[in-house]
Amino acid sequence: MTAYLLRRTAFLVVSLLLAAVVLFLLLRLLPGDPANSLLSVGATPEQIEAARHQIGTDRPLPEQFVSWLGRLATFDLGESFVSTLPVGPEIAARLVVTVPLTLLSFVLAVVVAVPVGFVAAHKANTWYGSVLSGVSQLGIAVPVFWVGMLLVTVFSLSLRVLPAGGFPQDDWADPAKALTSLTLPVVTIALVMSASLIRYVRSATLDVLGSDYLRTSRALGSSFARAMWRHGLRNAVVPVISILGIELASTFLGAVVVESVFALPGLGGMLVKGLAQHDYPVIQGILFVSTLVVLVIGFAADLVQRLIDPRLRHSLARDVR
Amino acid sequence: MSVEQALVGAPDGEGPKAATRHVSRSVTLTIGCVLVGVIVLVAVVSLFWLPFAPEDTSGGRLMPPGAPHLLGTDKLGRDLLTQLMIGARIALAAGAGSVVLGGAIGIVAGLAAGFATRWLDDVVSALLDILIAFPTLLLAMLVAATQAASLTSAIVAIGLAMSAIVARLTRVLVKRVLAHDFITAARTSGTSWPRVVLEHVVPNIWPTVSVNLALQFGLAVLAEASLSYLGLGAPPPNASWGRMLQEAQASVFIAPVGVIAPGVLIVVLVIGVNLVADGFRDVADPTRRRRR
Repeated sequence: MTAYLLRRTAFLVVSLLLAAVVLFLLLRLLPGDPANSLLSVGATPEQIEAARHQIGTDRPLPEQFVSWLGRLATFDLGESFVSTLPVGPEIAARLVVTVPLTLLSFVLAVVVAVPVGFVAAHKANTWYGSVLSGVSQLGIAVPVFWVGMLLVTVFSLSLRVLPAGGFPQDDWADPAKALTSLTLPVVTIALVMSASLIRYVRSATLDVLGSDYLRTSRALGSSFARAMWRHGLRNAVVPVISILGIELASTFLGAVVVESVFALPGLGGMLVKGLAQHDYPVIQGILFVSTLVVLVIGFAADLVQRLIDPRLRHSLARDVR
Repeated sequence: MSVEQALVGAPDGEGPKAATRHVSRSVTLTIGCVLVGVIVLVAVVSLFWLPFAPEDTSGGRLMPPGAPHLLGTDKLGRDLLTQLMIGARIALAAGAGSVVLGGAIGIVAGLAAGFATRWLDDVVSALLDILIAFPTLLLAMLVAATQAASLTSAIVAIGLAMSAIVARLTRVLVKRVLAHDFITAARTSGTSWPRVVLEHVVPNIWPTVSVNLALQFGLAVLAEASLSYLGLGAPPPNASWGRMLQEAQASVFIAPVGVIAPGVLIVVLVIGVNLVADGFRDVADPTRRRRR
């Protein structure tokens, strides 16, 4: 386990470094001059040169990269080209919205998807089993922002029970108010996310229901509930956890679009603005933090899976990933 | 359930109660084909005939459905039906373009990684893992934002992001095929590597890869809609369903059709493609058919 932990951590660090390189190069190799965002139309060549010098894009690429990486090592994400404010604290301030949004949506989606997926599998050949599968089929085909728009129309504009968007200025000073403004975004993400989760839970359950060990346990006299609890659940939960890791990561990033539907001051809004202004430090910073989060979630999901499943722990699987 | 199944999309039931599913399979495929067919038909018709010129704003703003504007007009006075028909073209182009690009790059890279030596394979798969850690939408936003946003930039972005997923799937499948005895047999009987790839590897991985590409088509349509909703897709006057939704959002009460219709069409297309993929899985993969 220790050897695995070391190898997995090494992989995490190397991935992060590589991600930094890819991110940096991708942004610079693609067309578009960030200096333009500082200038008005018809700027003279001298002005453009001055702007480039000001933000440091006139220096050689390796030099820019080393200086970015050096500051990154001290958790300094640099300053915005446009506002000249440090990126790190701004991201931290935005996470106050994005992280609760992600976690609440995730929890709600899991709470909905696990029982529904189980029932959809257990009752696969009844009419409501089919209906549940059909609904989840529908859910994975719906654009998440459209669900948000429809919910706003019904609950904010027609029924006027929930705010259509925005977030309290003083963040979580008044938790009830903050939660109210997160309700619709959370429901939006959770609805769409639980649809795909249901499919995974359903298929994991179907695998277990068809397994020999469950049949044997039943034949030896266990009740269905007891056989499921002792043998089924532990087996079904392993594949679901790896999917949960992926889903949690994609919720975090899917929040980008949903935040823009509900005008939430989260990471997504910051990224969209940064992209529009070619504000490289902002884009780099957000994508780096996002990648970090995604990689750490993957790391955690792998570890939890090993803790739950002794087969993974004891096997000599050389495949770190 | 393994990672590759996760990439293929949630596998559907092969449990003990799947006895009746074979019948429902062909139904699935038929419904899927009809849904996709409707959208394709609309797109094809839009190439030859449109109810109004795309830029014709003479109908008055936000008109309700009725003659002569069957679905009403948008906030600039453009005919909604016309815009929706053009949107079908763009959605299909986005899906097809991304799948062709992502599929081509992904399959070639995946084949290469699958055949590569241990060391090179480790490097390539680590890179793929990192690329996959950037989710499609963010990668797409990055590419779309550094260029002037256009349909092409959206397709390139979605296609590139998709290629990492396709490559990883292909790599796993190639590894699995190469472990079989028939590959060793083919090699010892003197078949060259290129012929092994063409005659043994590709036919064996194609069923799974093509089903995955179909699912990716649906995801690409959704991604393009999200990008154009955020203003990072095809610029005006091209009517993308995502941008139509964004534009109609403010006038949902005056002109609800503008908010409902593009969304419904996206759902129809994506469900259709997913159903086709589900149904095709059995047709394309004889080993799955036999198991039943």
